[in-house]
Amino acid sequence: MSLKDKLVSSYLAFEDYIDADSHIHEIRNKAIKTFENSGFPTKKEEAWKYTSLNSIIKEDYCIFPKKENTVEFKEVKKYFLHEIDTYKIVFIDGVYNSFLSETTHDKVDVCLMSSALSKPKYKAVVENYFNKIAKDDSLTSLNTAFAKEGAYIFIPKHREVEKPIEIINFATGNEAALLLQPRNLIVVEENAHVQIIERHQSLTGNAVFTNSVTEIFAEKNSSVDFYKVQNDNNGASLIDNTFISQKDGSNVSVHTFSFGGKLIRNNLNFYQKGEHVNSTLKGITIIEDKQHVDHNTLVNHIEPNCESHQDYKGIFAGNSTGVFNGRIIVEKEAQKTDAFQQNNNILIDDKATINSKPQLEIFADDVKCSHGCTIGQLDEEAMFYLQTRGIRKKEAQALLMYAFASNVLESVKIPELKARITKLIAKKIGVNLGFNL
Amino acid sequence: MSKYTEDDLQKELETKEYKYGFYTDIKSDTFPVGLNEEVVVAISKKKEEPEWMTEWRLEAFRYWKEMVEPEWANVHYQKPDFQAISYYSAPNSKPKYDSLDEVDPELLDTFKRLGISLDEQKKLAGVAVDIVMDSVSVATTFKKTLAEKGIIFCSISEAIKEHPELVKKYLGTVVPQRDNFYAALNSAVFSDGSFCYIPKGVRCPMELSTYFRINQAGTGQFERTLVIADEGSYVSYLEGCTAPSRDENQLHAAVVELIALDNAEIKYSTVQNWYPGNKEGKGGVYNFVTKRGLCEKNAKISWTQVETGSAVTWKYPSCVLKGDNSIGEFYSIAVTNNFQQADTGTKMIHLGKNTRSTIISKGISAGQSQNSYRGLVQISPRAENARNFSQCDSLLMGNKCGAHTFPYIEAKNKTAKIEHEATTSKIGEDQIFYCNQRGIDTEKAIALIVNGFSKEVLNKLPMEFAVEAQKLLEISLEGSVG
Repeated sequence: MSLKDKLVSSYLAFEDYIDADSHIHEIRNKAIKTFENSGFPTKKEEAWKYTSLNSIIKEDYCIFPKKENTVEFKEVKKYFLHEIDTYKIVFIDGVYNSFLSETTHDKVDVCLMSSALSKPKYKAVVENYFNKIAKDDSLTSLNTAFAKEGAYIFIPKHREVEKPIEIINFATGNEAALLLQPRNLIVVEENAHVQIIERHQSLTGNAVFTNSVTEIFAEKNSSVDFYKVQNDNNGASLIDNTFISQKDGSNVSVHTFSFGGKLIRNNLNFYQKGEHVNSTLKGITIIEDKQHVDHNTLVNHIEPNCESHQDYKGIFAGNSTGVFNGRIIVEKEAQKTDAFQQNNNILIDDKATINSKPQLEIFADDVKCSHGCTIGQLDEEAMFYLQTRGIRKKEAQALLMYAFASNVLESVKIPELKARITKLIAKKIGVNLGFNL
Repeated sequence: MSKYTEDDLQKELETKEYKYGFYTDIKSDTFPVGLNEEVVVAISKKKEEPEWMTEWRLEAFRYWKEMVEPEWANVHYQKPDFQAISYYSAPNSKPKYDSLDEVDPELLDTFKRLGISLDEQKKLAGVAVDIVMDSVSVATTFKKTLAEKGIIFCSISEAIKEHPELVKKYLGTVVPQRDNFYAALNSAVFSDGSFCYIPKGVRCPMELSTYFRINQAGTGQFERTLVIADEGSYVSYLEGCTAPSRDENQLHAAVVELIALDNAEIKYSTVQNWYPGNKEGKGGVYNFVTKRGLCEKNAKISWTQVETGSAVTWKYPSCVLKGDNSIGEFYSIAVTNNFQQADTGTKMIHLGKNTRSTIISKGISAGQSQNSYRGLVQISPRAENARNFSQCDSLLMGNKCGAHTFPYIEAKNKTAKIEHEATTSKIGEDQIFYCNQRGIDTEKAIALIVNGFSKEVLNKLPMEFAVEAQKLLEISLEGSVG
């Protein structure tokens, strides 16, 4: 039985243990039909030209884990940003773990999707926002159909969350192959501000396939900083679908750090639904072996006087493959748009591949849009210079690679996270960066 | 001071009628509409072709029947009914001319009205013109001068008869019969076109040129061009098109194959001005062209195009850089207006070591047109030290048109160096202001800016073609280009 058939038939079983009378259920029913009609995307589709899911969907995944698994805090401490105090929403094999988590209902809501979907006090918000910006492509629909658990974050007007929020999904590997479908909803009201760190981590090399959907609504003059840390085991694959709706004067930035995993696909979609909106998309990818990272971004400029800024850096070693597919659409009402997109790549080894497709689709005349894409090597003269100063080749390489990636790192606003990412980069490059950054 | 603004320019662009629309009444020898194996055989027979050619055509026709029309391009149009087209039409009287005096005066008049009379051409710079009126060559000039150097420049049907060994060796090697839907169709039914062979070490002393026109109502035109530059030779080939004003859509599916052997260089320039349809978007030519060149060791192929016409353009002149140290270049200006749609660009396939390619593409969209750049840069695992530079700039006039960029970059070798950049902008108010400040009126300022925007590409056109290129650009942007 193919994974698609298994999922479609499991849906009936899924209906048994959720509240099938809730208003969400109609959305779920529609979504499973969409998935049933379209199935998993194939390389024949333009958006999936360079990424094949065949090796992932052939596994026999467990869709509903049988029992609640637990892990000891000391085993997983290193995955938390433990240097500072944070709110934490932790899931283990897709099930909420209250022991590791720290949620709140004090002025802001940092809690669970399952309670938001079932409790009446959240009904108005859920009705207003749930599945309102997510697209109806097959993978998002699949997630919508099984939407049950995830993070629910609601920041009311004029509220600034005093500490960052961590969303961490652990996979224990107790199942040979596990399918996870977290569903997050983040609503940030007028003038509010929040910082969020998201991480998917499997604790063994067993196969894990995560198909995650996150919807973010940034209302007027709000500000959201979202950091995605993707440094998983080689058995883990991640399809991250993130949809962001921005109103007037809002400021949203998403940083994606992709350092590991079997296959990562980031579908990052920005919809600018107000004037004077600012969107930032940045990413660093450093991968090796047979890893595959695909950044698929969309910035849809709908209203005038908005800005978007994209900067993706990639370093590819071994047999790895990097894909960048960036789309900027400027609608005809979106005059005075300033859109910028940059993608720089370095190939380290002979068998590494890069496929880049930066696209502009522009329907307005009074705009400033540009994109740049480069593929190249480390500057030989710079290498030589460093070596003449007694810096060994490996360190010199590391220095230059760090410099290459650093302007993406600069805009990380949490110093502890920045230090953590710097360490990860040093580890990936295989040296001890002996300088304080 | 003149009150000419960008809005005026836009208005003017929208209302601009196709200047060169007319219809020459020459008795034609035309096939009934429809396409099947018999028609393919009949075309072949009509052209007195050898059996291998008939077989080659039939093979292509069989592939074509299995294929479906491509839909991936960013263009929308009413698909042509391939059974409603007549696949052969040739001007009736067909004597061989040695001098211009013998040519049908009506034909000469046609070219005069196009502003590209043979006399003028001859005087200008000694251009040998192989005129294609509909499908059959009716005049070839300067043939004798070329013959002295051993250069073969004739119609492809003549080449099939007189130089079968060359045609047999190279036809379909760069664009195979089954390459794509339109190339297969062309391979099956092509009526005529140009053939050019430059022998080893010869530098062709003049620019070679062909003029294409669609003339007979309801006939598709399927041209086939084959240019072979033997080792160490050089040739510059010019191609220009205009078509009469007509209401129903006309199909044009040409195939151009270039072969540059070791150390050879081919420069291929095109000025395309098929009828773009009227300002309601009615009529106009469908231009579905397959152009590709193959570079052997140290060879160089350079494509330069100025695209101002056609209702729908689907065209990607490409270079296969097979030999080590070979070079591919692509310079393009595409102007779209009213309801025109263009999806054009290039493919640079790097196979050999130290191969280099340059892409400069300039798009200007006005009215309600859609202008897309679609390009591929592919570096194969064996292509050490490959180098590519691409630049795609778009200029938008008004907010009813669109400019799109779809570059595909695929690198499989760590020594590859690729740079791609694209910008989209309008004519800036500050730029106009700067010019005004220095006493240049707005109309001249716009002209200056558009001219400067396209200059990088216009400069690549051969001198002899400059007059023609300038004229054709004016049709789309009259009042702005000085």
